[in-house]
Amino acid sequence: MSSLSSSQLSSSRLRRRQFLIAGAGLSGSFVLGLPMHLLAKPSQDAEPVDAHGTLGFFIEIDSEGVITIGSNQPEIGQGVRTALPMLVAEELDADWKNVRVTQMPLGIVKTADGFAWKYGGQGVGGSTGLTSNWEFMRQVGAQARAQLMSAAAQRWNVPIQECGTRPGYVIHQGGQRELSYGQLVGTAARLRLPGETAPLKKHQDYRIIGKPTASVDTKDVVTGTAIYGIDSAVEGMRYAVVARSPVLNGRVKAFDAKDALKIPGVLQVFRLEGPKPGDPYRILADGVAVVATSTWTAMKAREALRIEWASNPNANDNSTDFWQDNQQMLKAKGQVVLEDGDFDLAVSNAARRMVRQYKVPFVSHAPLEPQNCIVHVKENSAHVIAPTQMPSGASRAVNAVTGIEREHISVEMTKVGGGFGRRLSNDYVAEAAMISQQSGLPIKLQWSREDDIKNDFYRPAGLHEMQAGLDARGRVIAWAQRLASASKYYRRPNMPDENLWEAELYVDDFPRRRVENVRLEYFHNAIGLPRGSWRAPAHTANAFVVQSFIDEIAHASGQDPLQLQLDLLGKEEDLEYSNHGGPVFNPGRLAKLLKFVAQQIDYKRSRPEGVGVGLASHFTFGGYAAHAIEVSVNNAGRLTIEKIVAAIDCGLVVNPQSVRAQLEGGTIDGISTALGLEITVKDGQVQQSNFHDYPLMRIAQVPEQFETHILPYDDVPTGVGEMGIPSAAPALTNAIFAASGQRIRALPIKDQLKKS
Amino acid sequence: MPLLWALREHLNLTGVKFGCGIGQCGSCTVHVNGVAQRSCVTPVASVAGKRVTTIEGLAASEQQLHPVQQAWMANDVPQCGYCQAGQIMAAAHFLQNFPEPTDEDIDTHMTNICRCGTYVRIRKAIHDAAQLIAKES
Repeated sequence: MSSLSSSQLSSSRLRRRQFLIAGAGLSGSFVLGLPMHLLAKPSQDAEPVDAHGTLGFFIEIDSEGVITIGSNQPEIGQGVRTALPMLVAEELDADWKNVRVTQMPLGIVKTADGFAWKYGGQGVGGSTGLTSNWEFMRQVGAQARAQLMSAAAQRWNVPIQECGTRPGYVIHQGGQRELSYGQLVGTAARLRLPGETAPLKKHQDYRIIGKPTASVDTKDVVTGTAIYGIDSAVEGMRYAVVARSPVLNGRVKAFDAKDALKIPGVLQVFRLEGPKPGDPYRILADGVAVVATSTWTAMKAREALRIEWASNPNANDNSTDFWQDNQQMLKAKGQVVLEDGDFDLAVSNAARRMVRQYKVPFVSHAPLEPQNCIVHVKENSAHVIAPTQMPSGASRAVNAVTGIEREHISVEMTKVGGGFGRRLSNDYVAEAAMISQQSGLPIKLQWSREDDIKNDFYRPAGLHEMQAGLDARGRVIAWAQRLASASKYYRRPNMPDENLWEAELYVDDFPRRRVENVRLEYFHNAIGLPRGSWRAPAHTANAFVVQSFIDEIAHASGQDPLQLQLDLLGKEEDLEYSNHGGPVFNPGRLAKLLKFVAQQIDYKRSRPEGVGVGLASHFTFGGYAAHAIEVSVNNAGRLTIEKIVAAIDCGLVVNPQSVRAQLEGGTIDGISTALGLEITVKDGQVQQSNFHDYPLMRIAQVPEQFETHILPYDDVPTGVGEMGIPSAAPALTNAIFAASGQRIRALPIKDQLKKS
Repeated sequence: MPLLWALREHLNLTGVKFGCGIGQCGSCTVHVNGVAQRSCVTPVASVAGKRVTTIEGLAASEQQLHPVQQAWMANDVPQCGYCQAGQIMAAAHFLQNFPEPTDEDIDTHMTNICRCGTYVRIRKAIHDAAQLIAKES
């Protein structure tokens, strides 16, 4: 078996190499770890490149030595447009101050085997933007450096082994002579590469990786010249808005556009057909599209439409019913999705049993740049300019609604005014494509804030019943989480009901394997709200309930919450972790963070009445974080967050400045959401509409004392975009309990602390 | 028509951003006769004969950024960056009224929303900008 697979492997290598040399086209070779850089061979390549200054697809060097590096991933504020070029520049041995960064489009290519991605996989979600490009982008830099050294060796007529580099230069024998990259690039671009992979630097030799580095976009942002989707334009474009059904799954029965069409500048009004109830979402809702000569005109015309909506079953959806149903469901036996040991037996033998329920609400993503997209559908092709997290999904979305072949759909990415998981879905791209096709015009689609809050793939809501059994010494010997919720996987294509739980419970999450008897049980509840991935998806809910419940167990059994947490986490060891972020989870890394934040906030110090500290930690998609928060709650129930200490262990740190930014932002996102955010439904309609009733946190609620720490861990980097969120909310509510004795078991906190 | 859309679609000044349309988030903040104003709820007719400054016109020149912009760069404030032009315009006007701002002043008068949560750095950058301005004058 092993000899067979090895011969298969070598023959496939051979085929691949021949394929490259023949230049017959582009294979999906990035999947195999081969840098696409190799494919950019001059003259024979399917994709001819400018041989004068370009090394592969990612690097361009001009004669002055200015190096332009392509960033293949969408930038949504998480910092990849800086971090990925840092990886390339490090291995290229570039001088960072001479580096410029350019955004690459979607690199889709059709091959005999299907679609391939000439710039590597493109898309950002699950905090993988950096980790999934860690090897790839370093190879891009290292290969280019090898090409430059090869060019110099040729020029000097010396063996390549005698050549090295210093930033921006190839040097001979430690510096006897040198040539700048700008002088060499013309030759280098014509060279074949020495091998499949180039050697990479040792971590201790890094000059760029690990240095606090400002975002490459900061100047453009502060001068107002950065171009987002909303700022983009194409020749002859017209502006569109859509009146969507106000009721979940509602459909247009009839509409009257007479008054709208009288408004000067209104060009066309037509029905935009949404998905049938229960079908997968290509777009979110049924509605009527308005095309005009400006966004404002289109918005005014939308107000002048008279639309009659057909009645539908979701018109009776109500949040109050949803929560009652969850409660009712938990009384029965659900789908047991994990059973370690024997929970029932352990609980029956326990000295003490605890049961608590926690409510986690629906929330909206509300990125500050409302959804928008430019699409020009032509006869057999389409051009897309989209602020999206998933450009390949944008291409798929346009194909699905127009029938145009994907290789004829070009997708450009802009800067994105916030992602948070919302822009993993390309429904707004599909809408723009439908409108462009139907109108025959290049279209810029614009959503309003109300459109965005009322039409979202919301974070699922759920009621969690937590159960624990303690032995006589207070040790947790049995643990159960019973969740009744509206799964994120609702209306996913080909999704069997028995798999709906998988989006809501990650089986290997703490405290599994640290408690002998563990059960996870799921109940799926129905409601017509679309659901999707909201930054750190199910971790936000599960960290809140697990970390709250441990705190409750500690207080109820007379144990110190920190000590109980540390006992449960235990030592450094690799526990198997099969969910995203695995293959291992090391609880000792969380324990270290927790001890650290506790120390930083002086956890042991006794505090006056009304002041308290809460702690929490969580492992999210491969990264580790912990929070310590100090709050005060006065006699009237007024909550003040006094101090926040947040710490992250994200393995090897690429850009500490950006890691800190993500930890600050993630923490604030977690707290903002816990304090005041909830989406509710009444009579089938989302009740919130804008920032007055969906109150994102403002600066006044952020304490002046706000520390972020990075605890180094010598390893590969993990992502950082989502790790700062999950433990923030339970640290806050645990602090509220310590300060006031009031336990928050339902989010958001809102005015639960107010005393009348 | 609100000033916001006139600036963005008629004058092609796209640094000013649309965020909420009801004066809640402040992404569209510009100066009208030197005073910070939310352009999404400012009728374009109301600024007739007045001086309107957007983020594009805040700096004296490309080489000489406004102290608030300098402080924003030094603190690497932006994440997605979408709200930041509005934050900067609001801060620039705020510092004219509060040249030595306390944290409480900032809490009371800086009401723009940042969805990425860059508030820690915004606060720091405002204090830094106040010092830069004091040094300049």
